[in-house]
Amino acid sequence: MYNLIGAGLVVIGGGIGLGQIGGKAMEGIARQPEAASKIQTAMIIIGALLEGLAFGALILGK
Amino acid sequence: MKKTTPFFTFAIAFICLIFSSFSFASATENNEQVHEENHETHGPIDTPDKINGYIKHHLQDAHDFTFFTNGETGNHIGFSLPVILVDNGLHVFSAAKFHHGEAVAESKGSYYKLHHGKIYKTNKEGVLRMHGEHPLNFKPLDLSITKSVFGMLLTGVLMLIFFGALAKSYKKGPIPTGLGRALEPLVLYVRDEIARPNIGESKYKKFMPFLLTVFFFIWILNLLGLTPLGFNVTGNIAVTLCLALFTFFIVQFSANKEYWGHIFWMPGVPPIMKVILAPIEVLGMFTKPFSLTIRLFANITAGHFVLMSLIALMITMKAAFGPVASTGMSLLLSVFIMLIELLVAFLQAFIFTMLSSLFIGMAVVEHDHH
Repeated sequence: MYNLIGAGLVVIGGGIGLGQIGGKAMEGIARQPEAASKIQTAMIIIGALLEGLAFGALILGK
Repeated sequence: MKKTTPFFTFAIAFICLIFSSFSFASATENNEQVHEENHETHGPIDTPDKINGYIKHHLQDAHDFTFFTNGETGNHIGFSLPVILVDNGLHVFSAAKFHHGEAVAESKGSYYKLHHGKIYKTNKEGVLRMHGEHPLNFKPLDLSITKSVFGMLLTGVLMLIFFGALAKSYKKGPIPTGLGRALEPLVLYVRDEIARPNIGESKYKKFMPFLLTVFFFIWILNLLGLTPLGFNVTGNIAVTLCLALFTFFIVQFSANKEYWGHIFWMPGVPPIMKVILAPIEVLGMFTKPFSLTIRLFANITAGHFVLMSLIALMITMKAAFGPVASTGMSLLLSVFIMLIELLVAFLQAFIFTMLSSLFIGMAVVEHDHH
């Protein structure tokens, strides 16, 4: 039961984080379209790091 | 070196071919095996519990390929793979002897039984002494060509064929021919977008073989996982851990003085902070491969789980919406998720290679001395 609540919390946290990354990257690309590819790569890396954290928590909580 | 390389390539290809032909030989022997069912979990898979069990079964490694099962008669259509056990000598026999876990296999006077994908030594009647869910019986060392091993060997052979052809076509001229034309941009992509910017212009060449191998290995295995063959290799935590350990050891063994200095005696901070930071940095050494392991494993496992759950919608929603609507809904959703999984297959290979090169880059970077 508690692990399900924990899983929900992890997903909320991960969602907020990914939303922040994606939103800021969009802003960055809109301001500087010529830097789009660099911003995308950085965005994917940060997204992956965040994802690793969230998945780690989900699996340890299982 | 130039003379030995093709020889080694052929030797490895030959060994892989022997192994795979071995599997195929036993496959044709037992092709389309048909047998009776008497297990309680069998019969049509029509309840959420049974679907859950089926998905969990799929996510595990297995000793045979099952393409589909006739729900009414319980016949499995597929083929078995060879079992290799080390238990007072070598035991080699076909997994067909297990009859999908319902029969006791006999080999050189020893008896073995399959229980949830694991092989246990038993007596002649196949009695498992259970402790809760886990049998207490002796588990012999299992070196079988399982589904995952077969998938990895297949990927190795495919990569040898593809990249051997690409390498050979450069002897004729600067422009590759055939499939190499599709692969060259990917190789260049790994070099120019992943290795060069992260490792540095002067040092990236040494790590290219590893990065290319790991990129294509993960990508091809991810794509194989989306075929109806039922591979789930990169969704196996042992495989991803092993791949991450490669990165870990490469980072540790190619690291320079500054890397170790940054871990044990962080420059530019007060001495008290150096003492506090050292254990954190040492922990960081191990969390990097750990996160690589978990990321790939969890992504692929989650993808398979979602995909199979959406396919199962046509069974679970049949009562509420009728067969046509539930099948249509499940088909649309699973095609949509399948397309996303195609993207994820590439993205996870990219991320693994990217982060590996990032970690290697952190270890080999030359710092400016002020």
